[in-house]
Amino acid sequence: MTALERLQNNRNALGMLFMLPAAVMLLLFLTYPLGLGTWLGFTDAKVGRPGVWVGLENYEFLWNDAVTRLALFNTLFYTVVASVIKFVLGLWLALLLNRNIRFKTFFRAVILLPYIVPTALSAIAFWWIYDAQFSIISWMLVKMGFIDKYIDFLGNPWNARLSTIGANIRRGVPFVAITLLAGLQTISPSLYEAGAIDGATGWQRFWNITLPLVMPATTTVVILSLIGGLRSFDLIWAMTRGGPGFTSDVIASVIYKQYQAGFYGLSTAGNVVLFVVVSIIIVPLSLFLNRRTTEA
Amino acid sequence: MSESSFNRRKFLEGSAGAAAVAGLGTGSVLWSPSASAQTLALKPEKDAKLRVLRWSRFVQGDIDSYMVNVKKFTEKTGIDVRVDNEGWEDVRPKAAVAANTGAGPDIILSTNDDANLYPDKLLDVTDVCEYLGKKYGGWYPACLAFLKPDGKKWIGVPLGSAGSMMVYRGSVLKSAGFDAFPKTTDDFLKMAKAVKDKMPGGMALGNATGDGLWCNWLVWAFGGKLVDQNNKVVIDSPETAKALEYGKELYANFIPGTLSWLDPNNNKAFLDGQISYTNNGISIYYAAKNSQDPKVKEMAADIQHASFPVGPVGQPTESHLFFNQMIMKYTKYPQAAKAFLQFMMEQDQFAAWLTAAGGYIAPPLDAYAKIPVWTDDPKNTPYRDAVKNLRPAGYAGKLGYASAGAAADFIIVNMVAEAISGSKSPKEAMERAQKRAERYYRL
Repeated sequence: MTALERLQNNRNALGMLFMLPAAVMLLLFLTYPLGLGTWLGFTDAKVGRPGVWVGLENYEFLWNDAVTRLALFNTLFYTVVASVIKFVLGLWLALLLNRNIRFKTFFRAVILLPYIVPTALSAIAFWWIYDAQFSIISWMLVKMGFIDKYIDFLGNPWNARLSTIGANIRRGVPFVAITLLAGLQTISPSLYEAGAIDGATGWQRFWNITLPLVMPATTTVVILSLIGGLRSFDLIWAMTRGGPGFTSDVIASVIYKQYQAGFYGLSTAGNVVLFVVVSIIIVPLSLFLNRRTTEA
Repeated sequence: MSESSFNRRKFLEGSAGAAAVAGLGTGSVLWSPSASAQTLALKPEKDAKLRVLRWSRFVQGDIDSYMVNVKKFTEKTGIDVRVDNEGWEDVRPKAAVAANTGAGPDIILSTNDDANLYPDKLLDVTDVCEYLGKKYGGWYPACLAFLKPDGKKWIGVPLGSAGSMMVYRGSVLKSAGFDAFPKTTDDFLKMAKAVKDKMPGGMALGNATGDGLWCNWLVWAFGGKLVDQNNKVVIDSPETAKALEYGKELYANFIPGTLSWLDPNNNKAFLDGQISYTNNGISIYYAAKNSQDPKVKEMAADIQHASFPVGPVGQPTESHLFFNQMIMKYTKYPQAAKAFLQFMMEQDQFAAWLTAAGGYIAPPLDAYAKIPVWTDDPKNTPYRDAVKNLRPAGYAGKLGYASAGAAADFIIVNMVAEAISGSKSPKEAMERAQKRAERYYRL
């Protein structure tokens, strides 16, 4: 038997061989950039200049920086508030769409529209909606007599934070709703019938049947929503650029500004921080939710 | 290069470097116009091909005329030139990647202090700049600050500047008793108060990359500055405090909402007839003139332009978007690239381009201040001197990573916004800016 024939008959060797292209791709496009990024975070690399090892200096800079700390708070606040509201609204919408209503398919398609629109375009639309001079919300409220001057949606720190969260929710709810709807449709109607026969109330059916069985879809949307929120940049940058002042800055916008100025070492250190924050939140949560899913 | 020409050049460079430091913001020209014919005979490489990356047009006439000039160059030299366009804020990262990797466009038209981030990666264009400077009346001082940072070697060819000037409604000012735009900060404040109830003004206080530059003017007009000549951060100063106190009074007369304004907001508010003055490029006038809406078109006649008022320092302290032309050192065709820039900056091409851009780009060379586009329509005239009166954003220090970092982080804009809106006291805002800037200047 030749070496080639031996190889062809060896399941392990063949398995390794077939996995090799994927492994090379992962090494080249995932492991190498991640490793290089981590390395750069420990150097003072700048544009046009290779860095030298500076140890934890970049991390000390970020740790001692009030704006980075505020950005971290904003990132967590933005993520948690937006994710919770998106989940609640998405679930409510999914339950509505799961009923036998007329034009169900049409409504399901229409509801996805805001999610399909590119983020940059959504951001521009919201930027107009929140405009200090041309806001349609302010215009309507003035016309209805509720307010007498336009709301400064993006010029006040808390207004700016809440407005960007509002835009994120409006964009994200359709995805949550459609994903949860898919989960709801896997639940057999016989379970609800059995519950009704046993005298379960609507709330009891929701709590004991719907919620546990929609758990796999819930896990997916919660994890994706949190990751999306923690990495969020485009909506905020297009609407406020972190302003007024630095009050709506998130970690990604701080990184972007440092990258723009050519501080590669510092900005990649910021990326590592973001990676660690995402991991600290997502990994345990993912394990917890998956365990709940299995139990359910 | 002959020995004699080298010595003469050295002399000129030395004088220029000294003058650049001493004369920034005064509008003086470093070399007097020379009537003698200048020559620069570059020999482009055989079979050269060039790739140019430039910022996307701000006005259509710019790119149309630029491409006509490119075509002329190709016809004259046989050198094929490909021009790629990117939004101006996207050119910076692309140029940085090109500089870092040593591959990409041969020529990059970038902005502000980009060339100072990787001077070692750029081709020495001293011969081209000396030739152009002598032939066309000399470069304005800001050009040297941006592109001749060591006072010896040119690392890029200046292209000009998109001036951000005062744009105002003549009729509103007239009704408030002002026949022309005020020339001093004191009168400017009086005017702001006088027009507040008729039609207020407004200037961007959000993180606006271009229109937020008026905050530099404000600080400089009262003698404040981010750093001194040794790059020591000195923004927390009595001069800055005076500027912020003045800014508070000015802000009280603005239309509400300017704290969130980014670059397009003032254009929209002005063209909608909500504000009577702001700072902007010539694009508001350009848009009004070419509008299909009769009401907006009618406004064009009432739109006027003026230089920024001069503050207690007694000289112009303007801040504008500056344009560079960099030849990357990795280019295989350095002579062709130089020849291209030389050709594009020659009067036949450059004057036509400035004219087609309708005054959007202010010239870096004194001779081009005399072309008719600046006087045919008197409304263009204030934009003519944008480079002449320009101070780089890193004034009064050296440009580089720290100045770029401070600008990208909107340190000055945010300090001004915090202080004049009252969310922080001027002292608090200055201390925060001082600390933040020190971090960048230490890195």
